[in-house]
Amino acid sequence: MAASKYRIGEDPDYVPIGRRLLLLNWTLVLLIAALSGIGFAMLYSAANGSLQPWAERQMMRFAVGAALMIVIAVTDIRIWLKLAYFSYFVALILLIAVEIKGDIGMGAQRWINLGFFQLQPSELMKISLVLALARYFHGLTVEDTGRITLLIPPILMVAAPSALVLRQPDLGTTLLLIAGGGVIFWLAGVRVWKFALVLGGALAAIPIGWQFLREYQKNRVLTFLNPENDPLGAGYHITQSKIALGSGGLFGKGFMLGSQSHLNFLPEKQTDFIFTMLGEEFGLVGGMALLALYVLVIAYGYVIALRCQNQFGRLVAIGVTSTFFLYVFINIAMVMGLIPVVGVPLPLVSYGGTVMMTILVSFGLLMSVSIHRDIRISRQGNDDGRT
Amino acid sequence: MWHRDSDRFRLFTRRALMLGAGKGILLTGLAARMYYLQVLESDRYQTLADENRISHRLLPPPRGLVTDRFGAPLAVNRQNYHIMIVREQTPDVRRTLEILDQIIDLGPDTIERVERDVLRRRSFVPVTVRDNLTWDEVARVGINAPDLPGLIIDAGRSRDYPEGPHLAHSLGYVAAVSEKELNGDPLLELPGFTIGKSGVEKVYDLALRGTAGTSQVEVNALGRVIRELEREEGDSGNTVVMTLDLDLQRYANQRLSDKESASAVVMDIHNGEVLALASHPTYDPNAFTNGISHKLWNSLVNNPYAPLSNKAVNGTYAPGSTFKMCVALAGLEAGIITPNQKFFCNGHLDLGNSRFHCWKRGGHGWMNLHDSIKHSCDVYYYEISQKIGIDRIAAMARKLGLGEDTGIDLPNERSGLIPTKDWKEIQLGKRWQGGETLIASIGQGYVLTTPLQLCTMTARLASGKAVRPHLTRDKVTPEGVTSRQAEEFPELQVSRANLARIRDSMNGVTNELRGTGYRARISAKGMEMAGKSGTSQVRRITMRERQTTGVLENDALPWKYRDHALFVAFAPVDNPRYACAVVVEHGGGGSSVAGPIVRDLLLKAQELQSARQGISAANQPNSANLHSTPASNNQDEG
Repeated sequence: MAASKYRIGEDPDYVPIGRRLLLLNWTLVLLIAALSGIGFAMLYSAANGSLQPWAERQMMRFAVGAALMIVIAVTDIRIWLKLAYFSYFVALILLIAVEIKGDIGMGAQRWINLGFFQLQPSELMKISLVLALARYFHGLTVEDTGRITLLIPPILMVAAPSALVLRQPDLGTTLLLIAGGGVIFWLAGVRVWKFALVLGGALAAIPIGWQFLREYQKNRVLTFLNPENDPLGAGYHITQSKIALGSGGLFGKGFMLGSQSHLNFLPEKQTDFIFTMLGEEFGLVGGMALLALYVLVIAYGYVIALRCQNQFGRLVAIGVTSTFFLYVFINIAMVMGLIPVVGVPLPLVSYGGTVMMTILVSFGLLMSVSIHRDIRISRQGNDDGRT
Repeated sequence: MWHRDSDRFRLFTRRALMLGAGKGILLTGLAARMYYLQVLESDRYQTLADENRISHRLLPPPRGLVTDRFGAPLAVNRQNYHIMIVREQTPDVRRTLEILDQIIDLGPDTIERVERDVLRRRSFVPVTVRDNLTWDEVARVGINAPDLPGLIIDAGRSRDYPEGPHLAHSLGYVAAVSEKELNGDPLLELPGFTIGKSGVEKVYDLALRGTAGTSQVEVNALGRVIRELEREEGDSGNTVVMTLDLDLQRYANQRLSDKESASAVVMDIHNGEVLALASHPTYDPNAFTNGISHKLWNSLVNNPYAPLSNKAVNGTYAPGSTFKMCVALAGLEAGIITPNQKFFCNGHLDLGNSRFHCWKRGGHGWMNLHDSIKHSCDVYYYEISQKIGIDRIAAMARKLGLGEDTGIDLPNERSGLIPTKDWKEIQLGKRWQGGETLIASIGQGYVLTTPLQLCTMTARLASGKAVRPHLTRDKVTPEGVTSRQAEEFPELQVSRANLARIRDSMNGVTNELRGTGYRARISAKGMEMAGKSGTSQVRRITMRERQTTGVLENDALPWKYRDHALFVAFAPVDNPRYACAVVVEHGGGGSSVAGPIVRDLLLKAQELQSARQGISAANQPNSANLHSTPASNNQDEG
């Protein structure tokens, strides 16, 4: 099959909108709705049986986000390819802007108020970075990825926003950016020994990096290493979370009957520790069911990626799926005391508008990849005229 | 190009699958952790969650009552109203307190303290505004309740002693638990909980305390009570019935009230029940229940007459001549003297280089046993004690209850001291001197006794049984109250005839002309008492003093160098029932100062007894004879 060169109007791969809606992965939409539904129920419980102050707002955000997701899904994947660098630079400029604004005296305000919604540049960056890296590696051959010089631009693309976000300081997002970027590097075919080298270097840098951590961040790590050390201070969250989960047992204490959650022993139950609350009220069965839903969503992402015929789509699909996975894993591992406390919410379930938006937008991209999976795109991107 | 792309795709697929597998492993790890927490460790966490959620609160039990032998209340629990404020229930703490200040006087200090306390506690924790509200104040606050949001009136219990100072020394008092007394019993850690610190309140504290109830409440992370899950009421403490007779006790206090420092004990000679136990001066135990003020405490501690001390059980005094019965009985029992054997008293006895004086200058002449006690002749005892020896005297003293704890149910009893040769060797590392036996024989020197021991001695002489004093009608243990098994005390192992001779001699003291206690006798028919006076020196009389000024009269000496006045007696003579001992510290002569008090107490005890048995004591013409003093030995014995 020959490489195609086309204008959008006469695109042989053009699919009408109605057809695209039919091609939409409704199963995936259903899974996402189910996860969000569980979130609404848990927020209802967290408010002691009230839609206020969390559940109702979360539903409205979901409605807006879901609509946006579908719009993005039916948008041609090549448009996203073209917008990839642009969105990356917009996100980067916004990150720099809030950094400067923060320094000038706005304190820890890390968002830009858009009226109906507060845009957090670091969230936008999570998606943009995946798009930009996918775009970059889409243009490289297997041999190209072996060249060190060609790896420098994408490394900078990861390093710049990571450094900015780390300064905020937001360790959780930094980890997500680096790990999400690393996944793309991996899938693009960067040699294993290079990963080993970077990983080894990172381990060696830990003692140096430790000095740059803030006091509370150091405490979090130390507390993770020995939570009983400080049961009423920093270790309190994790200890109470484990008590809540463990006391939930096999079948849980019942909806709205979690004593740890409802008597406020569990902190942040509507955001970072919502999984704990679910585990307390629905037990191992409930927790496993939720985990199964996540596994299905992630598996779906893989199926979409593997069936996609263009490298950009494949990279985007696994990229967003992996970011999603990282959210799930970091959050659940954290509330169960497997890793230190990092402020990463449980995607689709935790209360919070920006994360909900980020996740739904990235699922929109995933579905766009799915709908446009048969479109082949040249390494240069199709309509710049070069082959 | 496309085959290159397919290279790329194959690589992608391989790597994606590896990545997927990695994720699978991590997710399996999460599932395994979940299983570990929620299945394997579930029981432990369930317990921890309940410990978080359920708070056990103790409900303090009402303290047991204490009554006198006839049921008159001596220690009770009074409703104690206090007013508290809850910050979150009032829009303005200061405003509420200002309104309250107009209803019941608080003063600016209280308002300031409450405002401070309120901010230190969580908003739902009540803070006490004022304690001990009168009923009138409670009513006024209640009527104005709508203007006083956030105020709660709470009823607690506090200990009350309706008789005030009358029974302070035997009852003791309760007060807040001190740091040292915490022993892990959570009851003691309850705010406002009080325990017995002295007297019967201390000795029977566990029995009076009762068992705490518990209330299980569900609390949230801030400690706010959400609801009560379970409640189990406690058991109030046991009622303790004392052997004291409130009327006699009051009378004893009144009778001692004009002395600087004195104590008195009246007991039943058959069963050891203490009917009155007074120590003067006294204090008001109510002052301790809600925390005694620093000023009052200091004034009690620094008072030279030691009001906090129960002198009847922890004051030790040389018994003086009241010890002579003991020496005489030891001589009779050992067969060393006979009742009619006579010794000549010329006023002194020389032993080695020392001269031992009789209290009566010029001497008593020939003395037999009866007369030696009646006149309290010292030389007679100097003579016989040399023959008897200190160890035999000490053995008899112990038989009569001296030199050891009587075992009364009061804290800090002192055991006094009865010296022996061994005791001196061991304690002082010196040999016993013959002269020391002479000094001991008149109850001076090393000999020390408590008023309670002297009363016990008298009771044993009168009953011939080894009675021991006690303060409660029933046996009280932490487990509960059981009636005393008609406590039969063992016989004294002393010949009845000899005891009778001693009693007869004591009768001579009070009921025969020229007896040293004749002026203090009971004239009421059938109520007569038999007793013995004692006057114990607290200073050394030097040879120079005897030769120059003569022995100084008590009135010429400062209070603390004056003699202690002692008197012991039992009554009625014919059929003894009561024993009494009185010690007036630095009071002067035993028969003139202590004797009349003993007389009045023994008379009162018998009158109360008759009155209670429905026999009118009114027709007994006792008071008429009380002060008619025939010519008798005006001088007290030494």
